[in-house]
Amino acid sequence: MPCRKNGEFNANFFLTFGNFCATILINISYFSNTSVTSFLADCFYIIKRMIEVRELTKSYGPTVAVDHVSFDAHAGEVLGFLGPNGAGKTTTMRILTCYLSADAGSATVAGYDVFEESVEVRKQIGYLPESAPLYADMGVIEYLNFMTQVRNLPKSQRKDRIRAVIDICGLEDVIQKDIGELSKGYRQRVGLAQSLIHDPPILILDEPTSGLDPSQIIEIRNLIKNIGQEKLVLFSTHILPEVSATCTRILIINNGKIVANGTPEELSSQAKGEDIVHIAIRGSQEAIEAQLNELDFVSQWSRVDTDNGIVGYQIHAAQESDAAEALFHVVVKNGWSLTELRQESVDLEDVFLNLTDKEQV
Amino acid sequence: MTNITAILKKEFRSYFNSPIAYIFITFFLGISAWLFFRGFFLVNQAEMRGFFGLMPWIFLFFIPAVTMKLWAEEKKLGTVEILMTLPLRDYEVVIGKFLASFALLTVTVILSLVLPLSVMYLGNPDGGTLIGGYIGLLLMGGAYISVGLFTSTLTENQIIAFIFGITACFVLLIIGEDIVLFNAPNWLFPIFSYLGLGAHYSSILRGVLDSRDIIYYLSLIGFFLYLSTLSVESRKWR
Repeated sequence: MPCRKNGEFNANFFLTFGNFCATILINISYFSNTSVTSFLADCFYIIKRMIEVRELTKSYGPTVAVDHVSFDAHAGEVLGFLGPNGAGKTTTMRILTCYLSADAGSATVAGYDVFEESVEVRKQIGYLPESAPLYADMGVIEYLNFMTQVRNLPKSQRKDRIRAVIDICGLEDVIQKDIGELSKGYRQRVGLAQSLIHDPPILILDEPTSGLDPSQIIEIRNLIKNIGQEKLVLFSTHILPEVSATCTRILIINNGKIVANGTPEELSSQAKGEDIVHIAIRGSQEAIEAQLNELDFVSQWSRVDTDNGIVGYQIHAAQESDAAEALFHVVVKNGWSLTELRQESVDLEDVFLNLTDKEQV
Repeated sequence: MTNITAILKKEFRSYFNSPIAYIFITFFLGISAWLFFRGFFLVNQAEMRGFFGLMPWIFLFFIPAVTMKLWAEEKKLGTVEILMTLPLRDYEVVIGKFLASFALLTVTVILSLVLPLSVMYLGNPDGGTLIGGYIGLLLMGGAYISVGLFTSTLTENQIIAFIFGITACFVLLIIGEDIVLFNAPNWLFPIFSYLGLGAHYSSILRGVLDSRDIIYYLSLIGFFLYLSTLSVESRKWR
């Protein structure tokens, strides 16, 4: 898969470059005897692979849920885990959070092995399982307080951290309530608050926006973006617009296998697609159609409707030809009037359908 | 240790956040007091042997009822997924949950001290057997709790956990009884008579605090807590 190669190339380049810098710095520090360790640590923090998964395999009886999955993730990334239901997203996340173990393969989180050093791994991760399971009989504050205890936060910081996650997740209105009384959206937010309480370097969220209303979805997406600027966020979804809106990188997983790995742009450009322009013109139908046949960037067109002298077309045009603009000029030149002009670009949806269909056949 | 305390507090509070604790305490005290006083004035002796004799049978139904939710409910609600991905060791969670149920039992047993106090007011009971009886009660309750905790790890259905709990405690209670022992094969006789929960309980009731009985109870509790830990860990076996 070309995109995967691309991703690996970037990572390797980055690492090599990082090591190169580090070597220079070590030499400098050796000769000048000044302490650059903290700066070095920063360097390594940036290049540190926070999650490293190699050939992970897990099956439930005869069904293979995760099939030789390998990927890396770095701090400062928002990694979207995309796939149809039952593709293996949740299982992969459960293995990374040490809830389940894999049959074969290895995974390290922040340098710790998930099978051998699971307690250390769990300290590094904030995890929100699917559908945010919480204790219904506890109060919101009581629950967050319990989390500060089991996360072993120092007593002096507990109040501040609870305060901070209440602000981040917008829980101010419900702090007096029991979790059982909360709506789905608020529960999801309490779940998120719980995962953020110890300020973890890695956040793993399983379908964090399911069951939320559109404005809440936008809030959560913005939150994820903000957090992802310095931390690693790994979240799963089967909603396509979500990943393009939020992620810096996308992993598409199907039948337990990773079928694509790259930035949203890389993946969209990969889809050998065309732009689709919707246009409605007031003018003579024959003249318009004759003109359309002449334009070389139009690969295909179809008449959608005719209404009171306005003709609507759907036009397929080669990508990056600025078809909409060109069409506008054509309309102006011919003295027609334009009543609608709208461009759709081929998006992730096609990539996704392509990749997931191919596997099933 | 702080982890165990955190789990203990959370579980203990959850008993009192829900009606479970209140119903448990009220009905346990009501039923045991009624059964005790029903015969007390007829026998007309200032002793509590009748009360302690009843306890294994009352605990048989009451204790699996408080332990059944400990794991089964977490599994059903999915909260176990958050709980087991916290930086806690599995045994810490198991011990914390055990101690929470044990604390509820201790509160209940302390409240039932009303009974011996009224007996002391009415007559002059033997202090040794009273203290022995109460220690035996707590040890036996602890053993039942560890069994109930284990059966709760086996299923996500609380009713199944409850019935398994009762059955397992019942088997443990009766295998030391004469009627079972006489019908058991000879080679099983010493094993059964040692494992039987009832025999150890009645020897404590006599006011004899034998270290063998205490070791028996503690190792039974330890064994079932170990089994629970294994059962919780089994999701990660490969």
